[in-house]
This record gives sequence, structure tokens and C-alpha cells, in this order.
Amino acid sequence: MKLREIAHSRTGDKGNISNISLIVYNAEDYSLIEEKVTAEVVKEWFREIVRGDVIRYDLPKIGAFNFVMYDALGGGVTKSLAQDMHGKSLSSKLLDLEI
Amino acid sequence: MKTIRIGSGAGYADDRLEPALEIIEKGDVDYIVFECLAERTIAIAQQRKMENAEKGYDNLLAYRMEQVLPLCSANNVKVVTNMGAANPLAAAKLVKEIAEAQGLQNIKIAAVVGDDVFSEINRYSEETLLENGRKISDIRPSIVSANAYIGAAGIAEALKNGADIVITGRAADPSLFLGPIIHEFGWALDDVDLIGKGTMAGHLMECGSQVTGGYFADPGYKDVPDLWKVGFPILEIDEQGELVISKLDGTGGLVSEATVKEQLIYEIHDPANYLTPDVIADFSGAEVKQIEKDLVKITGGSGKSKSGYLKTSIGYQEGFMIEAEISYGGSGSFDRARLAQDIVSKRLEQANVEPGEIRFDLIGLNSLYQDNVKNQGTAKEVRLRVAARTEELETAVAVSREVESLYTNGPAGGGGIRTNIKPIVSIGSILIPDTDVSVKIFYSEVQK
Repeated sequence: MKLREIAHSRTGDKGNISNISLIVYNAEDYSLIEEKVTAEVVKEWFREIVRGDVIRYDLPKIGAFNFVMYDALGGGVTKSLAQDMHGKSLSSKLLDLEI
Repeated sequence: MKTIRIGSGAGYADDRLEPALEIIEKGDVDYIVFECLAERTIAIAQQRKMENAEKGYDNLLAYRMEQVLPLCSANNVKVVTNMGAANPLAAAKLVKEIAEAQGLQNIKIAAVVGDDVFSEINRYSEETLLENGRKISDIRPSIVSANAYIGAAGIAEALKNGADIVITGRAADPSLFLGPIIHEFGWALDDVDLIGKGTMAGHLMECGSQVTGGYFADPGYKDVPDLWKVGFPILEIDEQGELVISKLDGTGGLVSEATVKEQLIYEIHDPANYLTPDVIADFSGAEVKQIEKDLVKITGGSGKSKSGYLKTSIGYQEGFMIEAEISYGGSGSFDRARLAQDIVSKRLEQANVEPGEIRFDLIGLNSLYQDNVKNQGTAKEVRLRVAARTEELETAVAVSREVESLYTNGPAGGGGIRTNIKPIVSIGSILIPDTDVSVKIFYSEVQK
């Protein structure tokens, strides 16, 4: 199963840092993601893109996680050579993660 | 208990205008807020101001205000906006001229300034950019702008003094909403719990339709009705910081627990420590509840004392960016795109053209996620993209020419070449003590 089946997501950017939310549709899926989708798993999933650390913040009251990925946007939105310089499309890649 | 209603009029510089006009007319709002400044926008505006001291405000200021002012005047709605960008004073002057030309009366305009610390930049020579460690003194000749994020206090003061239109430069996005809230309820600036709640409200509102179904739809998974006519959000908040978000009946989009959650976490790092000039807001205890269709209540925001430092965006020139693309179609398109890439690489190498950084993408295969694609023989079309960063303009031009010349000299059937060269204005940040910045407000009035 892909994450997309149980959760939704949005990416934001600040400088060279990307943050990706991961929000469950149903509360009962929260613990599965809490266990399976660790910061290490996400860092590995984005290994071609993210050069720095990945930190996960948990927001259990709204069934959500926030992955903050450092050195993730090719030097920053203003100078990145990437077609998607904001990394807006990274949320869609996260949802393709198999769990 | 007193409540106020604030509409979002724009979530970014080029946002649509009709949803704002609809809210002013039918939304029963007290304020409309236009948030129009991204991190880099102000540096580019600063360059326009250098070319012409009367410019440097938002490019759409006149377009928006010509339609907004008469409606706001008729419906008794006040405006708060950061469309002043690099030049709030010139923006205020333009707004006054528009109001006078339209024969409007009794309008007080406030320009809130103080965010621009460019003239003081040498005080911070020893500081280094948070993003890449570069020292201010080392990039000093390239710096084009320095703007501190200022908070809600100046906006609240302007409103207290009777302003109908408040125009700022680099104010923090949530502060544009927090300013009217502080003014209306008389909240103390050091009441961190209330200021935290107001900041959460502002954060949810600052990106316009991103909380009402914009940037959300994923057909079959997250369906959004009538996204083509998505409505902008309306905040209703009371003096204890209780808040709901809704939108106008008849507009497209939706306000749901899911849309609110996505926006709550948008562009934040640690949810318990969201730093603004006003407060360290804490969203970690937030809860959302759908009250009725397109009406969601958000509770549990709080805050801690502000850090005492202001994030300050430093804009500096950093050479040029060249992007060039060419498409190949049909069977073998992947191999021909790869051959074209090799040709460009070899010719740049032979000519000793060395960009600071160069990147090749195959659009449709790996341009978003840098996947390692080896053989995509089944691809029906592939678009090669060459992107490079160069110090000198002529190096960028040389890269561009190597893609252009693929028309006659490259692989078979290459078409649709587009090239674009633009100067890079990079943004870095430093933190400066908030005591270094003094906010000043200039008022002007349209004659009665």
C-alpha cells in the first residue's frame, strides 16, 4: 500500500529547507505511520534530493506529522537549478512511499 | 462577546482579485488583508526602487486598489496590505491619488515603515547568513536589499489612529492579520497566549485559498467542488481568541478539517516554536473541528515570549541562471535526448565554458525527483532541460547557444527550443535585535 491511500500531504519551503506534512485521513492509521514512516525512512526516500538532516515533528491531536528536511532545495529557492525550485512536488513523492 | 471578521484578499503577489471583491461586497467583513510578499519579492522590488525612487511597490497595487477602494468605502471595510514592498511611502501616495481621482472621501492612509535596514547593513558586517554561512562583509558589494520582518504593533497603532488603509513593507505575514485583531480587542502585546492564538489565525489565513480548497485537490482522493471559482477565506475571531474559518456561499472550494490541517503545517518547522516578530507561537496543541459545511473551528493555539530578534532578509546578486529546453518524440526519443545532452556537455567542455553548476533533466522522467533513469525506450516524448548558474552573463549565453544550435547540428527531430536567461537575486537571512528597528508611521488623508 502506498501512503497515498491513508494520508495526504503538502510541501512548504523556507530558504533551503523543505517541510512536508503527512496527515492521516482516519485516526486509526496514525500509529502505523508513527511506527513506519520515521525520519530515517523519509531521508532515505529522498536521498537523491535531500543533503541534510530530516526531523519529524508529531502532531497527534490532528493526526499529522511534519517532516523538516534540511539542505533540500538545491541551495534555496532563489538559486536552485531545479525545475521545481520550491520543491512543491515533493509531497506527491512522499505519498508514493510503500508501507 | 465582540467578534470581528477579516477576509483574505490575496495569498501571494499575483493572486486573483475577484474573490477579494466578492468578500468585500458580500462577506460582512471588517477588514480585508492582501498578503503579497514572498521572500524574494522585496529584493526585486528594491531594485525597481533603485531605478526609480517613486517605484518599488507591488506591481498590481494600482490594478487592485482601483477596484478595491470604492467597494471598501461603500461597505466600510478597512484594508491591510504589505503591497508597499520596498516603498510603502510611494505606495501610499499612489493609493491617495487613486482615491482622489475616484472622488472618494474621508480616507486615511497609513504607511508603516522601518523594516528597511539596508542603510544600516554595515553594522552587521560580521554576521553570517543562516542558510550558507557566508559573511555579510564578503557579499557586501552584491547586496541589494536588507529588510527585517516587523510585527503587528505598527499596524495596530495605525488602525488605532484611524487609518482605513494600512500599507507595510516587510511585515511578517501573520502579523498583517494580527494587527487588526490586537487593535479591535485591545490585546496586550505581551499576552503571549492571545498573541499566539491570533498568530495561528493569521498563519491559517495568509495564503488565501490554500485553506479553502486551493492547492489541495487530488481527484479521487481529495475532491474539491468548483475549484475553478475557489473562494478566499474569511476569519471570524472573538476577543478570547476563539476562531473559525469559512468562505462565502456560492463560491467554489471547501473548508474542511483536512484543508485547515494542511495549511496549519504549511511552511512551519517545529510546530511548538513558530517564530514571528510578535511571539513564539505554539500550534502543537491545535485541534480542528468541522462545525458546519465550510465552517471549521480551530482551538488550542498558544504562545511564548518573542525571541527579541527579527529575521532579516538579505537580497544579493549572485550571477545568472540559464534554462534551455528541447523536445524529442516518438520511438527512440529517450536516446536522442541523452545524445543531445552529451553533445552540449562535450561542446561546453571543449570551449572551456565552466558554469558554477549545471544540471540536465529529462522532463517527464526525472526532472522533479532526480530519479536515476537508464533506459526509457518506451517514452513517447522526452524534453531535455539544461539549467546552469554562471557568474558572468557571457557564460550563460554560451550555454544557451549550445542548446539553440541543436536544431541543425543535434539529433534528429529535436524541436520546441525555449531559452531563458535571468539574473539571480539570492536571499539569505540574519537575525538582528528588534531594538535595532524603529517602526514609523506616516499618515495622509484624502480631503473631505
